[in-house]
Amino acid sequence: MNNFQYARATDVADAIRLLADPGAKLIAGGTNLIDLMKENVERPTRLIDISRLPLRKVEETADGSLRIGALVPNSDLAYHPLIEQRYPLLASAILAGASAQLRNMASVGGNLMQRTRCAYFYDTATPCNKRHPGSGCSAMDGLNRNHAILGTSASCIATNPSDMSVALAALGALVHIAGPSGERAVAVTDFHRLPGDKPHVDTSLGTGEIITAIELPPRGFAQNYSYLKIRDRMSYAFALVSVAAALELEGNAISGARLALGGVAHKPWRSLEAEAALRGQAATPDHFSHAADVLLQGATTRSHNGFKVELARRAIVRTLTQATNATPQSQAHKKIA
Amino acid sequence: MNAYVGTPTSRVDGRAKVTGAAKYAGEFPADKLLHGFVVEATIPCGRIARLDTSEALQVEGVLDVLTHANRPPLADKVEPWKDEVAPEKGSPFRPLYDDTIKFNSQPIALVVAEDWETAKFAATLVRVEYEQRGFATDLEGERSNAAEKDKPHKPRGDAAAALAGADVRHEADYVIPTEHHNPMELYATTAVWESNGKLTIYDKTQGVQNVHKFLCGVFDKKPDDIRVVSPYVGGAFGSGLRPQYQVVLATLGALALKRSVRVVLTRQQMYGLGYRPMTIERVALGAKSDGTLDAVTHEAIAVTSRYEDFARNDTGWAEQLYKSPNSRFSHKLVHLDVSTPSDMRAPGAASGVCALECAMDELAVALKLDPVELRLKCYSDRDQSENLPYTSKQLRECYARGADAFGWSRRNPAPRSMRDGKDLVGWGMATGVWEALQMPVAVRIALTSNGHAEVSCAASDIGTGTYTIVAQVAADALGLPIENISVRLADSSLPQAPVEGGSWMAASSAHAVLAAAEEVRKELLRLAGKMPGSPLADTELADTVLKDGSIAGASDNSRAVSIADAMRHGGIERIEKEKLNQFEEDKKHARNTHSAVFAEVKVDEELGVIRVTRVVSAVAAGRILNTKTGRSQIMGSVVWGIGMALHEETVMDHRFGRIMNANIAEYHIPVNADVYDIDVIFVDEPDDRINKLGIKGLGEIGIVGVPAAIANAVYHATGKRIRRFPITLDKLLD
Ligand SMILES: Cc1cc2nc3c(=O)[nH]c(=O)nc-3n(C[C@H](O)[C@H](O)[C@H](O)COP(=O)(O)OP(=O)(O)OC[C@H]3O[C@@H](n4cnc5c(N)ncnc54)[C@H](O)[C@@H]3O)c2cc1C
Ligand code: SF4
Repeated sequence: MNNFQYARATDVADAIRLLADPGAKLIAGGTNLIDLMKENVERPTRLIDISRLPLRKVEETADGSLRIGALVPNSDLAYHPLIEQRYPLLASAILAGASAQLRNMASVGGNLMQRTRCAYFYDTATPCNKRHPGSGCSAMDGLNRNHAILGTSASCIATNPSDMSVALAALGALVHIAGPSGERAVAVTDFHRLPGDKPHVDTSLGTGEIITAIELPPRGFAQNYSYLKIRDRMSYAFALVSVAAALELEGNAISGARLALGGVAHKPWRSLEAEAALRGQAATPDHFSHAADVLLQGATTRSHNGFKVELARRAIVRTLTQATNATPQSQAHKKIA
Repeated sequence: MNAYVGTPTSRVDGRAKVTGAAKYAGEFPADKLLHGFVVEATIPCGRIARLDTSEALQVEGVLDVLTHANRPPLADKVEPWKDEVAPEKGSPFRPLYDDTIKFNSQPIALVVAEDWETAKFAATLVRVEYEQRGFATDLEGERSNAAEKDKPHKPRGDAAAALAGADVRHEADYVIPTEHHNPMELYATTAVWESNGKLTIYDKTQGVQNVHKFLCGVFDKKPDDIRVVSPYVGGAFGSGLRPQYQVVLATLGALALKRSVRVVLTRQQMYGLGYRPMTIERVALGAKSDGTLDAVTHEAIAVTSRYEDFARNDTGWAEQLYKSPNSRFSHKLVHLDVSTPSDMRAPGAASGVCALECAMDELAVALKLDPVELRLKCYSDRDQSENLPYTSKQLRECYARGADAFGWSRRNPAPRSMRDGKDLVGWGMATGVWEALQMPVAVRIALTSNGHAEVSCAASDIGTGTYTIVAQVAADALGLPIENISVRLADSSLPQAPVEGGSWMAASSAHAVLAAAEEVRKELLRLAGKMPGSPLADTELADTVLKDGSIAGASDNSRAVSIADAMRHGGIERIEKEKLNQFEEDKKHARNTHSAVFAEVKVDEELGVIRVTRVVSAVAAGRILNTKTGRSQIMGSVVWGIGMALHEETVMDHRFGRIMNANIAEYHIPVNADVYDIDVIFVDEPDDRINKLGIKGLGEIGIVGVPAAIANAVYHATGKRIRRFPITLDKLLD
């Protein structure tokens, strides 16, 4: 761990001002950043503590959207009555992640910004383009069982580890950002980047910018939804593949569909094509399977992660079935519904 | 005399542990304490070409950076480095001895600073240049270089011919990956520099006297110069049998700076210590069509380091367990550029029996026999390797009781035949076996006239419950309430004990307590007998007991003299006796514990997600001293067995020779959600041959057989035989 200075931001403007220092980093719950600092992966010279900024509200807006402050703890969000009632898909995805203790500390903004769990990224003794641009990608021909199958590049095949973001992508959430040149909003699906030839850049957050809130549009898909996370043990493990599925049904016909995957790409992978393939169809396993094919088109695999394609296909079908039957996957009981 | 032995007595140290009063090695305070942080090598093989500490030394608060170039003297001969449990062959790793790199993450420098954070920061400023050499870390890649370890086993009959002629044959490789212990407590040493220049070493270890002797040899000190203390150990599971490098580094630091130094390893650094070696276990079984075995062969190919031959008994279990006229066993080692493996719960057996019991299951399938029935057909009342009877063996009863509790008779033998909704249900079983070892241990008892006793011994309690069973046995032997017994353990200045391992400490320490208590009783009888009008005058020692704070006639308890009276008349306040207990050697019997493990898995048919929903473990391990701590031992072992079956694997990138999941986020062990019902059954196994109390020990037996039972259940559920552990869901998908 490096020596660093510590400053507590007094308000958002103060945080933005402090961020002018190129060595500065925001810290919220610290559950990801501190780990990375201990491993010498992140070496900020200044920490800007934003944990006490007044960004902890969950508010309904005039148009029926829900605005969630960037510092709302993951646990509070998952158990918030409005989330439980209107956006249970999000509640479920959050509860599928990490552990209760971590969720108590973790913030919405920090969760969006958490970095990949690629083992080489964490180990400074090995090459990694994301950590050390231009040094090479050790995972490409190394241990890549947990790595991406969609949207990869020749320089990085890492995945985004967040569960929450997968539900946010499916729900069409917006990220509100404040920065030196004012405020802006961007769709979650455009917030995270694909690696391309700049894998060290995870998101579209610019220099000096801070996430202030996320916004959920009115459609919550509270009837027919499910978040299914497949992992190597029953809890406290990152997803091999996770699926957020949400449907609007008229009888057995799909009038609206949302489908996003975690654990398969450098960003939460929402597929508009797969959603379009579902819309207007009967909610049957065949159609789910077809949607999975559409979503997984162009999947590329490396030596150890080939299984993810078939796993994703089956998980998609299963999650859509759970959503159709209104039997969402429980995050407390581990048997898969 | 059994008010406590055999009962579910609560841990006597439980309160201290849950309230935080119990102090661990890294928690002992010391005046002007310094903190050391370890710098590790980042290559697996070569030498240090240049090591530049200047930048680190400039950091405020850094006192020194110790390296091979500037450290205080360390023994140059190999012998002092060979601790009590070092492999016979080889030359142990010597931290900071010279510039050679023998394995990745080897310690190469110790930064010593006023506080831990400063030391850790400065460690990042130590610049190292290496001369890297060619290396190999992949067992499977180097399989062809496997060489028989020096003592090959004696074959029985002609296994090759018998296999060739067998009605039914099964042969396969089973691959057990490298696994790490991951005890909750981090490895730590606080080396306290006493005012007289002596050292008190608080160390996380399974054997204080082993560490004491080792440090005296390595640093050329007299026994009086060093004292090693380790009152509580937060788990070790074999990783603390040998002195670990942090104890050498902390001592080096204290000697160099003449101040107290603490070194606490990080979780990541603990992956540079010992581990369960990866093994390829090749098992071949040949049977007659009636299900009796004709041939057994078991070849184990295991990893060791380049500098030591570490080998454990993987194949001996196949050698002794089942009746078979023909057999052949071999244990081969592959020397790689890695650190030396170490013992890890049921070393050898956890891996070897896993392979054997999976193979037996495959044979049962081939023979169309029930797996329990196959085991009964091959059952042997004699240890097959030495052709000896057992002191006791209630394995048959384990099968019966376990099967009954599990409901095994309702099993449909066809794979994929049992279901629960979308889940395929599988039932599997396996046998477990471990040794019942016993070692010389000495105990000192100091009994005071108020009826309190202090019982002391150098043995460690690594969480297994030694404090508690020593207190139980002492309370019974001295006829006192357990509250009146205080137990002191794990101080090198206390009476002799070996390392705590091999499941030998319960039997060994219990009988040492008995022996010392008998000396106390002898003294009390002498005093009581001399009292005027003594009811115990002319009474033989054998005819006395200690009971309710008195010494009394064994047959007639009313002839009694209280401890207080006896001492008062003798004009003394306390009786102190120390006794070394040695067990009679019995070469005519085999001594083992056994178990039968039954497991239920539910596997999501489409997704391959596996849950171990039920385990019944029926254990025959002689007399169970404490049914509560004993049950905990077995439950913990079963949980570990679930991990071995489904989760645990140390993953290495062989291009770098580096472990890539050196943390407990990515090295998976079971979490609560992975653990469902565990039913522990202790089968009665009276044994008056093995030792006075009939104790066999429980530490290891609980894990043996569990991984195989689960793997066999997965086969029964899915029809897929996974022979490469852990069984992760991707292996079930295709
Ligand atoms: C053992 C372990 C297991 C885990 N398992 C899972 C899991 O299964 N699923 C899962 O989804 N997650 C998991 N996590 C990750 C966890 O969700 C994240 O660590 C957490 O969400 C990060 O939030 P934080 O507030 O602590 O972020 P911090 O660590 O404080 O910050 C993380 C990053 O976000 C930046 N940041 C924080 N707030 C803002 C803001 N408002 N604007 C701009 N940038 C900001 C920081 O500068 C930093 O770069 C796990 C973590 C651990 C340690
Ligand atoms: S996948 Fe990305 S994060 Fe992992 S080693 Fe390659 S470049 Fe680094």
